[in-house]
Amino acid sequence: MTRARLWLLLPFGALALVVLLVPLPFAPAPVTRELTVVARQFAFEPPVLRVNRGDRVRLTLEASDVVHGLHVDEYGVDARVEPGIARRVEFVADRAGKFRYRCSVSCGPLHPFMTGELVVSPNLPFVRAVGLTLVVLAATLVSLRRLPPGGAPGTT
Amino acid sequence: MSTQTPLQREPHDRVGAARIELTRSRWLRATLRSRAFQPALMLVMLFFFVAAVLAGLVGTPAGNHNFAIVFVWIVWWALLIVVMVPFFGRMWCTICPIPGPGEWLQRRGVVRRTPGRLRSLGWRWPHRLRNIWLQNAGFLALALFSAIVLTRPDVTAWLLLGMVLLGVVLSVFYDNRVFCRYVCPVGGFIGLYSLTSTIELRVKDTRVCMDHATKDCVIGTPQSYGCPWMVFPGNLGRDAYCGLCTECLKACPKDNIALNLRPFGADLLVAKGRRLDEAYKALIMLSCALLYSAVLLGPWGWIKDWANMATFAGWTTYAAGFLAIAVLGVPGVFWLIALAARTAAGVAVPIRRLFVDLAYSLVPLGLTGWIAFTAGFVLVNGTYAVSVLSDPFGWGWDLFGTRSVPWRPILTEVVTVTQVALLLVGLAYSVVVAYRIARQQTASEAQAWRGTLPVSGFLCAVTLTFLWLYLG
Ligand code: SF4
Ligand SMILES: [Cu+2]
Repeated sequence: MTRARLWLLLPFGALALVVLLVPLPFAPAPVTRELTVVARQFAFEPPVLRVNRGDRVRLTLEASDVVHGLHVDEYGVDARVEPGIARRVEFVADRAGKFRYRCSVSCGPLHPFMTGELVVSPNLPFVRAVGLTLVVLAATLVSLRRLPPGGAPGTT
Repeated sequence: MSTQTPLQREPHDRVGAARIELTRSRWLRATLRSRAFQPALMLVMLFFFVAAVLAGLVGTPAGNHNFAIVFVWIVWWALLIVVMVPFFGRMWCTICPIPGPGEWLQRRGVVRRTPGRLRSLGWRWPHRLRNIWLQNAGFLALALFSAIVLTRPDVTAWLLLGMVLLGVVLSVFYDNRVFCRYVCPVGGFIGLYSLTSTIELRVKDTRVCMDHATKDCVIGTPQSYGCPWMVFPGNLGRDAYCGLCTECLKACPKDNIALNLRPFGADLLVAKGRRLDEAYKALIMLSCALLYSAVLLGPWGWIKDWANMATFAGWTTYAAGFLAIAVLGVPGVFWLIALAARTAAGVAVPIRRLFVDLAYSLVPLGLTGWIAFTAGFVLVNGTYAVSVLSDPFGWGWDLFGTRSVPWRPILTEVVTVTQVALLLVGLAYSVVVAYRIARQQTASEAQAWRGTLPVSGFLCAVTLTFLWLYLG
């Protein structure tokens, strides 16, 4: 990396930091949400749960065919549900972003792919990732534009 | 096949630059030259292969407790796409047991160089099939059944057996590794993605080969077989079809063959050898990474039902949609992108040429996309491997005392960060490669840069789609 290119990329580095760190306002006051999730082979209904950060989530979990489970990534939620016996699961959605929930009881061939999504707004990780993508693209294009003849980054 | 335009220039200055010859190591050279090297590794793999087939046939039908599913589609796949292809290129082909039986039958031996010619009917492989179109078709055909193949141990076992059998049958009619080179559905993409790998097999000095009348690496010697991949090392400019079988290292009396360490992605810039079948492979792989991410990792039950053949009509719809996207949709859009690139750059290169060449810029993002997809299920399901190791057939064995290790997704908090990082690296790398490929077709840097813009837009859209699937 030449010194010139370093200077060139510096503003993009700063921009990337801004994209990653700038706090974004988010207004809605937390509420309690009563939601029902029905597990079947090999999906959850509804496939996507949308809540706001801080909401208290009261899930009623049902199974419509065989025994299933519910494991919510990074939330430490883990429950088992049998057909005909609804289960209550409660947690506070204190982390924003998209988290997958998965069936945790072997229920048939596609069991490992039986997933649903909990999207906790504001989905800042996604927004920041999109921003970062645009910054990376712009930085790459600008650095190519200013390339001295014959040289190119990346492959050397 | 390869119609060269006068505008195309080889990046001579780079090929050969920044290489470290690994075979300088006396120890490594001796190992690679030993006749036992490849068969030993193949036999070890064959052991696991047989175990997987047996487990698939007689073990539990619950995929996540069966060695066939867990070791093939989680452990092998992860090692292949995360470690072997990006770093060691076709090294999987060095150790792959699938062509073993056919090859050994043809040679009438496993380790020793048996005297005389290969024993096959010596048919000639059709000229029209001397490309990777069959492999493209095979990969797509498998992709349509992926939800079945990836989850049913018996289907996986029959697939593996079928591949071995096909290898054997082909070895009866044709010399050498026709199966690997033209048929194996995995081989096609390993070859293309190996263009990114950090090792390469090359001759040290091409002039030595030119002057060498007998070309021992091609015809074989009493210690070695002629190149089973039907490649002439003397003009090997890229890795796609060198199976790293190490025969030429054993053959060359001039010690002219080297295994080199090199920068990532070097072969993507080699203009000679670019072809439509490979370009299509690049597009298919990119589409499939997106489609798999949606179908298998996404939350939509109805697509899973379709893919899982819950109803025939559903599956037909799914197959039609899958093919429409992978064969027509994405390549069609990319054709327009190539058209836009040509207009933006203001060059008169034939559009087909530009389409083919620029498609190679999709390889880095395709590779990191596949790794990101893999990260989405390997860490989640990795604990299955630990328990299956103790109970490969799901019969209640406890060989290593790890059978009852519970399923537990590990490191889920780093998965998305890893995925984003991978995709961004892939995006930046792909843009740089697109620029440098465009530069091979244009008279000035400014033209190349303008030509890169439409491709960058396409790459960015693909990246954002991945991000939406994983994070959105
Ligand atoms: S045997 Fe060695 S020198 Fe002869 S053609 Fe093959 S690689 Fe070149
Ligand atoms: Cu389930």
